[in-house]
Amino acid sequence: MRSLKDIISRLMEIPDEGTTPERYRIVRRNIAILMLIITLFPLALITAINYLDYQTALRNETLAPMRALVNKAKYSFELFLTERLSTLNFISSAYTYDELTDEKNLNRIFRILRREFEGFVDLDLIDSYGNQVSYAGPYYFQGNNYAGQGWFEQLKVNGIYISDVFRGYQRFPNVAIAVQHVPEDGREWIVRATINIDKFDNLITSMNLDPESDAFLINRQGMLQTKSKFYGDVLDQPALVPPKSFEPVVVEQRDSLGRDVFLAYSYLNSTDFIFVLVKPRPWVMKSWYASRADLLIIFLMGLVAIFVVVLRLTDITMKRVKESDDKRLLAMREMEHSHKLSSIGRLAAGVAHEVNNPLAIVNEKAGLIKDLIEYKADFPDKEKFLNLVEAIIQTVDRCRVITHRLLGFARRTDVEIQVLDVNEVIKETLGFLEKEALYRNIAIKLNLDNNLPRTSSDKGQLQQVFLNLFNNAFAAIENGGTVYITTFERDEKMLGVTVEDTGQGMSEETLKHIFEPFFTTKKAGYGTGLGLSITNGIIKRLGGEISVQSKLGEGTKFKIYIPKETQQHMGHFK
Amino acid sequence: MKDWKVLLVDDEKEFVMTLAERLGMRGIKVTTAFSGEEALGTMETYKPDVMILDLMMPGMSGLVVLGRVKRLYPEVEVILLTGTGSASEGVTGMDQGAFDYLTKPLQIDELINKIGMAVKKASSAD
Repeated sequence: MRSLKDIISRLMEIPDEGTTPERYRIVRRNIAILMLIITLFPLALITAINYLDYQTALRNETLAPMRALVNKAKYSFELFLTERLSTLNFISSAYTYDELTDEKNLNRIFRILRREFEGFVDLDLIDSYGNQVSYAGPYYFQGNNYAGQGWFEQLKVNGIYISDVFRGYQRFPNVAIAVQHVPEDGREWIVRATINIDKFDNLITSMNLDPESDAFLINRQGMLQTKSKFYGDVLDQPALVPPKSFEPVVVEQRDSLGRDVFLAYSYLNSTDFIFVLVKPRPWVMKSWYASRADLLIIFLMGLVAIFVVVLRLTDITMKRVKESDDKRLLAMREMEHSHKLSSIGRLAAGVAHEVNNPLAIVNEKAGLIKDLIEYKADFPDKEKFLNLVEAIIQTVDRCRVITHRLLGFARRTDVEIQVLDVNEVIKETLGFLEKEALYRNIAIKLNLDNNLPRTSSDKGQLQQVFLNLFNNAFAAIENGGTVYITTFERDEKMLGVTVEDTGQGMSEETLKHIFEPFFTTKKAGYGTGLGLSITNGIIKRLGGEISVQSKLGEGTKFKIYIPKETQQHMGHFK
Repeated sequence: MKDWKVLLVDDEKEFVMTLAERLGMRGIKVTTAFSGEEALGTMETYKPDVMILDLMMPGMSGLVVLGRVKRLYPEVEVILLTGTGSASEGVTGMDQGAFDYLTKPLQIDELINKIGMAVKKASSAD
């Protein structure tokens, strides 16, 4: 497996050779990935940390009140039961066995008890053998014997007893409580009471629980001791018994209805009761879910924004890089091109010069022959000799034109501003193309303004511009086509030249890129894609303007404007 | 055309000899020199009306010779010959006092014409 370091160093690697689209693609991809990593990683990390912190904080914040509530309820229940146990203790201590045996007495105590304390249903006196001795309450005295019953044995051990809930008088849920009194003389007795625990329901109601929540008591067998909103009535079996804890505890679990709930509970001291508070998880976590949604939305928005910005930035950067690469390459190519031109120029000048001297000799020799023949009296074939020598002189003259043109071409690479006639420059340049025009039967229609003012400009540069435009026009037209060349004075500052052909024209798309370097519609190897870019560059440097109009199938029209006065410094661009 | 005295200076002997003969046939008195140094030497004893001077010569170049001549013998008119077809050298020469310039190969009638104009100027200056 590749290590992270490898991956990162691979991302940092930028192929620095060449300007292929592949290279830009790789660079662009690497930059984008790196930028995304360094921006998204901290964002994701912060979001995750925030998420967890917030979750924990919110949980604690929501669960703490549940624990507090359970604690409060636990004490209320314990207080209620303790109070009643104390009362029984008081009765058993304050009265003698004999006093309590008297049913009249017991009834009186019972009446006072009911007046002072809520919930007492009946009151019994039981002797140490488990025999019911006397009774006050809604039932008749039955003289039951409780010896051997579980509760009785438990009472004998613990001194007090609190029963589970049972359906008592009039089917009310009741709890039996009992205390054992052990006097000094050793004859113990037991006071037992039944308590209506409607009061428990009141306690739960007074907790003002939200509608989704539920609170109830269960015993250690999981049997409901009070009414539950969702899990059934008293003595129903709602759920598993939570592990023993006398401190309030919150656990998460799935309830019998299949809901995810928070279960807060606590065992009550000195009874078998467990107080349980149930809140559905979604309800508790409602604000957490809202915050989480906010957090996620912000995270996603950040994600999208980062993506957009990173990709846009990368695009822009790469475009800039490509542009500057292109510019550099163009400058290099232009330099190469001008070097090439100037070498060709020097070579041509050398050849022309070397040929010119012998040519001058041939010219003079032929001239002398002609002179000699002319001065001589008639001799046979004199006329023929004259014609022959005249032909030599004519041919030399043709060579002279050629060498002068070559020398003119050579000078095109030297930058110099001179006063010139644009019409003349055009005609001279066309001289290079005369033969081609002749062979291809191309008509050149000149519409030159004879009153065109002279202009100071760089002749060589202008020649190159015209040559490029004429060459393009020639390349665009079929044999037998026409090239229109017009000159005119645009205003007091600028001269205009248009070169129009009846050729194939260009598409909108081609037009858009036509002045860009390296753009060519010619087959690979046939064009450098530099011609119009260089032309454009020259015109700009001379302080002129160039524009093009074209329609597919109808032809192309180049229009250039040249300033009448070109500043010398504009001409320097080597 | 009679009595025009011309000094023809060029390193191409064939060119000089042939042209000299042609001018001679037209009644012009031609003296020749094959280098700048030789031309200046000739000038010490012989004063032509017009000097026809090639710009490109080994040794002393045409422009240097022109400078000397114009300083020593300002009355002698100089017609320059250039082989490069470049106007700039000719123009430079004219700035330094040459009468005119012609490009090689020459057209004999044009040359005679220019010599005539130069002689006329030289004699009117006398």
